[in-house]
Amino acid sequence: MTKKDLGLLILIIVVGAIVASVNPRFLRIENLANTANTIGMFGISALGQSVVILTAGIELSVGSVIALTGVLFVDLISNHGVPWPIALAIVLVLGGVIGLFHGLLITRLKMQPFIVTLCGLLFYRGIARFYTGDSTAGFGFGQSFPELEFIAAGRSFGVPNTFIAMVIIAVIMWVVLHRSIYGRYLYAVGKNEEAARYSGIKTGLIIVSAYVLCQLLTVVSSVYFAMYTRSIAPSAHGNFYELYAIAAAVLGGFSLRGGEGSIVGVILGVVLLQELQNLVIFLNIPSSLNYAIMGGVILLGVLADQQFNAYRNRRRIVEAARAPATGDKPEGTR
Amino acid sequence: MTSAAAVAQAPGEPFLTLSGIRKSYPGVVALQGFSMSIAPGEVIGLVGENGAGKSTLMKILGGVVAPDSGTITIDGVEETSLTVSASFRAGIAFVHQELNLFDNLDVAANIFIGREPRRGGFLQLVDTERQRQMALPYLQRLGANFGPSTPLSSLSLAQRQMVEIAKALSTNARLVILDEPTSSLPVSETDKLLEVIAALKAEGISVIFISHRLHEIEQAADRVVVLRDGKLVGTLEKAEITHDRMVKLMIGRDIKVQTGTAARPPGETALKVVGVRTATYPGKSVHLSLRNGEIVGMAGLVGAGRTELARAIFGIDPIYGGHFELNGQAFAPQSSSVAVERGVFLVPEDRKGAGLLLDLPISENIALPDLSAHTSNLIVSRASETKVAETQQRNLGIKAPKITTRAANLSGGNQQKVVLGKWLAMKPKVMIFDEPTRGIDVGAKAEIYKLMRALADEGVAIMMISSDMEEVIGVSDRIAVMHEGRISGELERAQFSEENILLLAIGKQLGEGKPA
Repeated sequence: MTKKDLGLLILIIVVGAIVASVNPRFLRIENLANTANTIGMFGISALGQSVVILTAGIELSVGSVIALTGVLFVDLISNHGVPWPIALAIVLVLGGVIGLFHGLLITRLKMQPFIVTLCGLLFYRGIARFYTGDSTAGFGFGQSFPELEFIAAGRSFGVPNTFIAMVIIAVIMWVVLHRSIYGRYLYAVGKNEEAARYSGIKTGLIIVSAYVLCQLLTVVSSVYFAMYTRSIAPSAHGNFYELYAIAAAVLGGFSLRGGEGSIVGVILGVVLLQELQNLVIFLNIPSSLNYAIMGGVILLGVLADQQFNAYRNRRRIVEAARAPATGDKPEGTR
Repeated sequence: MTSAAAVAQAPGEPFLTLSGIRKSYPGVVALQGFSMSIAPGEVIGLVGENGAGKSTLMKILGGVVAPDSGTITIDGVEETSLTVSASFRAGIAFVHQELNLFDNLDVAANIFIGREPRRGGFLQLVDTERQRQMALPYLQRLGANFGPSTPLSSLSLAQRQMVEIAKALSTNARLVILDEPTSSLPVSETDKLLEVIAALKAEGISVIFISHRLHEIEQAADRVVVLRDGKLVGTLEKAEITHDRMVKLMIGRDIKVQTGTAARPPGETALKVVGVRTATYPGKSVHLSLRNGEIVGMAGLVGAGRTELARAIFGIDPIYGGHFELNGQAFAPQSSSVAVERGVFLVPEDRKGAGLLLDLPISENIALPDLSAHTSNLIVSRASETKVAETQQRNLGIKAPKITTRAANLSGGNQQKVVLGKWLAMKPKVMIFDEPTRGIDVGAKAEIYKLMRALADEGVAIMMISSDMEEVIGVSDRIAVMHEGRISGELERAQFSEENILLLAIGKQLGEGKPA
């Protein structure tokens, strides 16, 4: 755990302590479990996003893909009688194809990730709305899928299964990013793509795989979101979710220039964001201020981090400049 | 010396031989009839001016470009060209000027990037422990004072270079090509690098050492190969390697850039730098005066703090002590706009990034700093812009089809004239040139020198930062030499010599004997 991660953890604990002291209901089991559930769902999508950010890219279509694959998944199992594992496989394949498509546009046709995925954001949202005729997709009366509901919305030993899933995925991702060859290449490509290419790394493949991985994780979170809300309005479902994911990664120490960030950081970023959401409720802050608080905290967090470093740097120079200088001799003056 | 004989023959049994290599690009012959051979454990110094064909030769050895004709023989196998992988298999390794390293990884990870030892079978995990163990012997052989688990970001430039060399060694290189490895190193670290070269030689690894610093070549090389205009113009054996002989061969004549001396003695002090400290060298202070009508050459090694001083005068960087005076009045450039208002202009080192907006036409580039003069009622007058730009184009002789030609489409020399033009359209009092002729061909260089001299004769105070000895000596009226953030000495015309400049540049006093 880096210093930055530690700072974030302390911030989370301090904020939590303040909220709990103002309103002890914050610490009730039911609230903690609910928060853990949302942390799990948003965490999975943030993990995907962070892989893309690591390569100095960005994936803006996440929210729309969550809407599209969400309505598709619900429609397949409730209206077409498709067994849910097959429906899951179908939406996973769709997500993989979307990621592949984005990755190839970016690496082969040299398009900018921002543009490609911004168009994706608009495109998949439109398709989702068209697919359902802009009506809400949901389950019929009395329909139930016990195993799926247990996996997606149930709890084990009181812990939401979504949270457990996120922890498992995060552990795997930690090994992949911080210990595997593939992870090493992700960091190398993000830091210096040119040098990575000159080191014999297939940079195009690495970047494409990042977008595919991101979309696969997005689809996993999408199924969780679908089973959590159980009814999906394609015009609103998943709105802004890509921005939550990006915000979590940035809070967790990822640089949008690529090559920097850790799994622990992004998870802590997600936890802090969900804590802030929760805080609005428990401190009786009008829920309309929700976004304003999130935006403010992210800005302050990143600002504080950067300014702290800049300040230390400046102090070092000023200290050194205080000492009498060499060079103060007459031959230089005239 | 085998004077102009076209073969540079290795003394021992050569393992690599180039013969009759020719390569031309549209409009220019980069290499012709070039032949040389390299024996194991031999250190070859490769020298030549910019554009002499050094980088083409390197690209051919690296397998990046194929020669038009000629043969490359490795271990007795003759080929007409190499591929990148054939070059790698032959044991040719490059250490580039711009380092191909990752500062978010540790030393061992950088050495084995793309070739990591694996464990965990299907999981393909990096065997970090083994990787560090594997890296250690290479670092030890080079006498590195850092370990394989050190983060790259905490290493100095010379140490990073050592990582690059360790990376080359780890590929079982037989020939290591060092491309300007010392150009950004302070002298103390350069010595370290020369030791590394000696260590490679002792192990029977050959080295091609490309450098503009001829004294280092003198120290390190067993043989020097001199290129000029794509041709091998001479090979010097160990005993014949002297600075003067190399220079003579490189430029084919004795050094003489002459731009004529000042029309009259320098006038009043225009800009005075009093005890100024910059962020890079807060522990050192700079004292310097620039006088009207005088060109002051700023010499020194790369990284001596010359560019930092220029940026501080132009208000780009803050200063951490001392002050400036302009014509006897206080001058505190908090931003570049203050400097521009007072007539202090900078022609920056990075012409394409900082000097120009490459995608804009010449006219808009020239008008940019003085846009308010072309503006009425918030609307920029294109006619006024064009008029001023055309005046500059005429005066400076900017060769371009139209005044609306994009700056990107001009040659280096003409681009530099556009940068000049944007300042000359205003009234300069002090002009700072940072490496004004880098990457510019000889003819355009002479024109830039003439323009600088003309400006000085009009009474402008000029500071010219340059790493080109010939240029500093030929153009300046006075030379100030910087060493690690301070002025280590000033030279009057009578004292101008490469030796004196080098002495001061490495921080010694005049008359302290030959530079190390």
